[in-house]
Amino acid sequence: MSTIEQPLPEPGDTGVHPPLHWPAYGSTGLRAPQRRLVGLPPALVEETGPATSAILGDHPLGERDYDLTRQHDGEPLGERIIVHGQVRDRQGRPVPHSLVEIWQTNSAGRYPHHADRHPAPHDPNFTGVGRCLTDAAGRYRFVTIKPGAYPWRNHDNAWRPAHIHFSLFGRAFTQRLITQMYFPGDPLFGQDPILNSVPESARPALISAFDLSATVPEWALGYRFDIVLGGDAATPFEEGE
Amino acid sequence: MTLTPSQTIGPFFGHALPYSAGPYLVGADDPAGWWLRGRVCDGAGEPVPDALIEIWQADPAGRLDHSAGFRGFGRCPTDEAGDFALHTVKPGPVVGADGLRHAPYLAVTLFARGLLRHLYTRVYFPDEPAANAADPLLNQLPEPQRATLLARQTEDGYAFDIRLQGEHETVFFTS
Repeated sequence: MSTIEQPLPEPGDTGVHPPLHWPAYGSTGLRAPQRRLVGLPPALVEETGPATSAILGDHPLGERDYDLTRQHDGEPLGERIIVHGQVRDRQGRPVPHSLVEIWQTNSAGRYPHHADRHPAPHDPNFTGVGRCLTDAAGRYRFVTIKPGAYPWRNHDNAWRPAHIHFSLFGRAFTQRLITQMYFPGDPLFGQDPILNSVPESARPALISAFDLSATVPEWALGYRFDIVLGGDAATPFEEGE
Repeated sequence: MTLTPSQTIGPFFGHALPYSAGPYLVGADDPAGWWLRGRVCDGAGEPVPDALIEIWQADPAGRLDHSAGFRGFGRCPTDEAGDFALHTVKPGPVVGADGLRHAPYLAVTLFARGLLRHLYTRVYFPDEPAANAADPLLNQLPEPQRATLLARQTEDGYAFDIRLQGEHETVFFTS
């Protein structure tokens, strides 16, 4: 085993997030900043964040935004699943009434994106984009189909494990998080540099758990993916306050 | 509580993250509005066409509790040339938790394929020399780095380029 030089811990390093420079993931080579990051001083701007209504803009949540299987005339192909969980902050407090956005491939491993050249079929009944708000207890729930694995060119015979992208705002700009949820037992974990950029002890936090209690008989399998946001929301601005 | 680790936004978010107001923090017809234009470049100086910029800011009075009207939030993906543009108004000065008055700035997050974590940076204004000279954060940075956080004035607003690596690498923050 060759040893890869580990970067110095940066200000605010939690031991959880991946380093910016991770040679096994080729795209970090020209994109990871080379200077040490500067710790943010206490500042009201970054300790606050946009209200959910502001993030939604003029595009309020539609009643089917949480259900990716009912956004088109027909049902998408694939294994129907329910993905749910709770969003909390690092003190364990639920993050209520907060926007959660997801995107993913269809069941064949294809994004409806012009740059996705993987020769797997598009599904006219699946766009792969969902949004919902957490409830008062910070819980969210999506209905979707299981995404497919797909090849990419990072290394020899490279395939991304099936995953769902998550975007969360929390209540402060410093709680902002984009991450990826994986499925338990995926045989592709071992060779995926994006998952493996995360310190080993924190990797399980990215892998959802099969959840029989969320599984709906004769309809859909359930997976649970709980999310913990960092940062500090010093002055949460609740809507309606 | 174990934090949920960050992962890259990847290259294929273009169809996702719908936000109708997009780059308009204020309407195109707002008399106080101007454009913040910029380009994201990598360590080879090449444009980054698969990045996403988000900004969050105080209103012109320096308030952050935007209850009505001003959203304070904007989102813009870069285009094929690595360019982004956001239409907004000048933020007022904000008092930090340190009790000090900070020079006005826009808080920026940058997501991109190849960034395993998003980056924070700030846009300061060239027409605020006194406030900038007194700003505690700007003053802790050596001049070449400080300069990377200053926008340039343009015909229709300001320009702010983001360089991920290299001699003029932008100063990035971590929370």
